[in-house]
Amino acid sequence: MTALLRLTVRRSEVAAPSGEGITAEISLRLPSEVVWIEEAVELIARHCLAGYQSSSRFRFRLCVALSEALANAIVCGNGEDPTKVVHIRVECLVEQVHLHVTDQGCGFNPRTIPEPVLPDDIENPCGRGLFLIRSLMDQVRFNDRGNSICMTLRRH
Amino acid sequence: MGFSSTKDEGGVTVVAVDGQLIVGNRQELKNLVQDALEEGERKFLIDFAGTAYIDSSGLGALVSISKKIREHGGELRLAELNEDLRALFELTKLDTLFAIAESRTEALANF
Repeated sequence: MTALLRLTVRRSEVAAPSGEGITAEISLRLPSEVVWIEEAVELIARHCLAGYQSSSRFRFRLCVALSEALANAIVCGNGEDPTKVVHIRVECLVEQVHLHVTDQGCGFNPRTIPEPVLPDDIENPCGRGLFLIRSLMDQVRFNDRGNSICMTLRRH
Repeated sequence: MGFSSTKDEGGVTVVAVDGQLIVGNRQELKNLVQDALEEGERKFLIDFAGTAYIDSSGLGALVSISKKIREHGGELRLAELNEDLRALFELTKLDTLFAIAESRTEALANF
């Protein structure tokens, strides 16, 4: 399956005004099928880690949150429609990464998704995805339409 | 990457999760346990020693499997969760739903 996933990596040495220049920008278009998630997460994690110093927890959190975001985009956003794709863009910085996942669906309001923290929620097999993303990432933002998520994770 | 199933001398079906337990492969694990239940197996141990990460669909699959095993009068234990995986269970409070052992040996001894 690897050969069908086209990963683009653009490296830059230009410092941003904030002093934290983008050292690499990764982009990937993913078909709307859940079977691609594992491969995509592995590819992106490898590029986010190569050449950077990161804590051991960084890879775990990145993999879980990215897997969640891709599943949400493919299943909930694109409805597993084979004519739609998911766009992934990752900004790899020295201290952190920004992971952008955008689907072609009509979006949702993240404020309407309840957190699965009540005792009755424990035996529910669904509803933990967004909660995990919010818990594991340092910052989570959505666009106004609700079809694009930006997750920030610090390396340490 | 995937699941391997063995049966120990005490009659416990031990399922090892190698790689990831995520939306793309969770049904495979559910089918494996369902088939074993239909064959009459009632004691299950899922070993996460070789597991890199689990997503919410994987956690959900474990919840479904646990319920199914209980409905058949069986018992499920989990073992060999690393620090990150254990934190995931604690975060979602699923550590209160599952019997979690440090090691495979400890889990098998408690059946």
